[in-house]
Amino acid sequence: MDFNLTQDRRMMADSLTRYLADQYPVTHRMKIAYTLPCHDAAKWGELAELGVLGALVPESAGGFGGAGADLAVVFEALGRVLCPEPMLGAAMAARLLIAAGAECDALIAGTTRYAVALGEPESPWDLTDITCTATAKGGAHVLSGRKGAVYGGQAADTVLVAAKLDGRLALFAVNTSDARTVAYPMMDGGGAAEVLLDDTPAILLMADANAAIMDATNAGIVALCAEAVGAMEVTLATTVDYLKTRKQFGVAIGKFQVLQHRAVDMLTEIEQARSITIKAAAELGGPLADRSCAMAKHLIGRAGRMIAEEAVQMHGGIAMTWEYPISHYAKRLVMLDAQLGDTDYHLSRVMAAYAA
Amino acid sequence: MDLNYSPSELAFQAEVRGFLADNLPRDISDAVRHGDEVGKEMSERWHAILSAKGWLAATWPVEFGGPGWTPVEKHIFEEECCRAYAPRIVPFGLNMLGPVLQKFGTKEQQDSILPRILSGEDWWCQGYSEPGAGSDLASLKTRAVRDGDHWVINGQKTWTTLGQHANKIFCLCRTNPEAKQQEGISFILVDLDTPGIEMRPIRLIEGGHEVNEVFFTDVRVPYGNLVGEVDKGWTIAKYLLSHERTGIAGVGFSMQSLEEVKALARKVRRNGRPLAEDPLFAARIARAEIDLEAMKITNLRMLFKAQEQGAPGPETSILKIKGTVIHQELKDIARRALGPMAAPFPGHVTEGNIMFGPSDTEMNAAKYFNNRKTSIFGGSNEIQRNILTKAALDL
Repeated sequence: MDFNLTQDRRMMADSLTRYLADQYPVTHRMKIAYTLPCHDAAKWGELAELGVLGALVPESAGGFGGAGADLAVVFEALGRVLCPEPMLGAAMAARLLIAAGAECDALIAGTTRYAVALGEPESPWDLTDITCTATAKGGAHVLSGRKGAVYGGQAADTVLVAAKLDGRLALFAVNTSDARTVAYPMMDGGGAAEVLLDDTPAILLMADANAAIMDATNAGIVALCAEAVGAMEVTLATTVDYLKTRKQFGVAIGKFQVLQHRAVDMLTEIEQARSITIKAAAELGGPLADRSCAMAKHLIGRAGRMIAEEAVQMHGGIAMTWEYPISHYAKRLVMLDAQLGDTDYHLSRVMAAYAA
Repeated sequence: MDLNYSPSELAFQAEVRGFLADNLPRDISDAVRHGDEVGKEMSERWHAILSAKGWLAATWPVEFGGPGWTPVEKHIFEEECCRAYAPRIVPFGLNMLGPVLQKFGTKEQQDSILPRILSGEDWWCQGYSEPGAGSDLASLKTRAVRDGDHWVINGQKTWTTLGQHANKIFCLCRTNPEAKQQEGISFILVDLDTPGIEMRPIRLIEGGHEVNEVFFTDVRVPYGNLVGEVDKGWTIAKYLLSHERTGIAGVGFSMQSLEEVKALARKVRRNGRPLAEDPLFAARIARAEIDLEAMKITNLRMLFKAQEQGAPGPETSILKIKGTVIHQELKDIARRALGPMAAPFPGHVTEGNIMFGPSDTEMNAAKYFNNRKTSIFGGSNEIQRNILTKAALDL
């Protein structure tokens, strides 16, 4: 048993953390996060140079990571600074491209930015009922339908789209310039787009993509959970700092036992959140991945809301302001639940196994 | 035991409902329903309609121009206003300063100020909290020093709600720094046009502007703007806060939110069926509805007690704690119902005529985040628990 990071991963964690502290501080984040395209192309290039994108891809495909633990290291660091860059799309796209036997070079170099469009307004997470369809046309394919809330879609060059082809779930690559997209910044920072497909030309990557999409979704879940853990830790540390410095009734409010216990409850939830994330990361790609990722995303959804709400409440009014960073951590921790399946959706997946 | 309204209360309810149906402007109720900002113009227009009917100052006695309602009638009025999506009454003049002047003000203050509140000529705001004095309000530092016929005020107030629309502010100021904290505070009225006042907006978590900081630098106001006795402002502050707690359970708003959530759960389809048929989602709504059902009766029991005994007891803190938590939970469910469709930043969602979710829902995430304030303001829920610890449990 060894819960230590390998030396390579520790180095990635350290260099990324240092880079973000220098180059992506809160002030910069606030400039990027709420204004389209919610993306800083220069910083994206620097992240690629730093090897962050390569860390999402295994050696066999030209990267130097690609395991669950690699994703966790990268996304925890991004979560600590609420980095709004569309890294989730890259992490999920890498797995889909590899499964399809396609190249990852442009992804690793940061020259092609990917978004992954799976869910639709009426089936955001469970893909059995998606209505986006592919039709063969002159030796190629065209897609019709609508993909809702495509995270990173506002800044992507290529969107990987799940669509029904002859009744099966298939995966296509669409050039963003060929599709109609409506981009918007999001409540919790970062951007997304509605991707509207109307006989839009697309390249077939996989005719039977069900397993690959599940795997990519699991990878995305590991990434989101790790991002949440990073954001939660900063949120707790900031809250504890505030408890130590904010004085009311002549003492630091951290002297009040009722607040002490609530801070300890936050700590406990975060330790649990970290554990379930480690578990999901370890199982990624294996036979227990679906179950572990469902459990992780459920727990992160619960813990994220609790940490967000308690941090705001214990701060009081100051954390209700745009100017104070905790308000943005709170929004991210709450809204992250809506990505790749919310806490109820994943609870029902865990429950479904009992009847089987 | 009878949980029903009396025949006269039912008649009153029907009268209020009819009045709202005939007189609440559609553009205003649409804005409330949609979660848009109800700006100064709409608030003033609605106040004027109620004022003409004599229903604006629900808490005022008849001799000052109030309708003379019982606590139950006030409750019915609030409930019906929520049901009709009327905007909230802006409370600072009507529910805070008004009752204070009626109890502590001079005849001259009453005669000059109260009619201007009813007519809408003055929009008051509140100068209570300071950066260093939130839950511990009595530690406030804004100084008022007497200089002949004037007060000279220096300091900073914060969380001044809708101060951007106001022309007047009532302030708690320290007038005797040597006395015990609670014994050196005075209640002073200030015209916001006075030189030396600067109001700055505070942007909130969801991006909106409803609160402000107010800076006072050598602000000179007439000595006669003092309300009550010098150094006795804390008594007034406490009296005012007890009025702030009227309707604090927000039962009407929660009932409104519950109906919205139920409608949303029937309208939003997920994987071939309405969200209302998802047992986990339906359970969330049911739990909130059960809590609210109990809260309605808790609220009525406390109203009844207030009507019998003449004053609300410390148990009203229970209404604040549980009422805000229920309302926040309903806002959480509404946001949750939309899944990722709740994510777009409000104001961007109609671009290109693309609807992102069922209509009237674009503000759901913003409303959830904004409503985190309700367990913080008006005496945080932690302060309410302190009150109950002492006053209800004697611990």
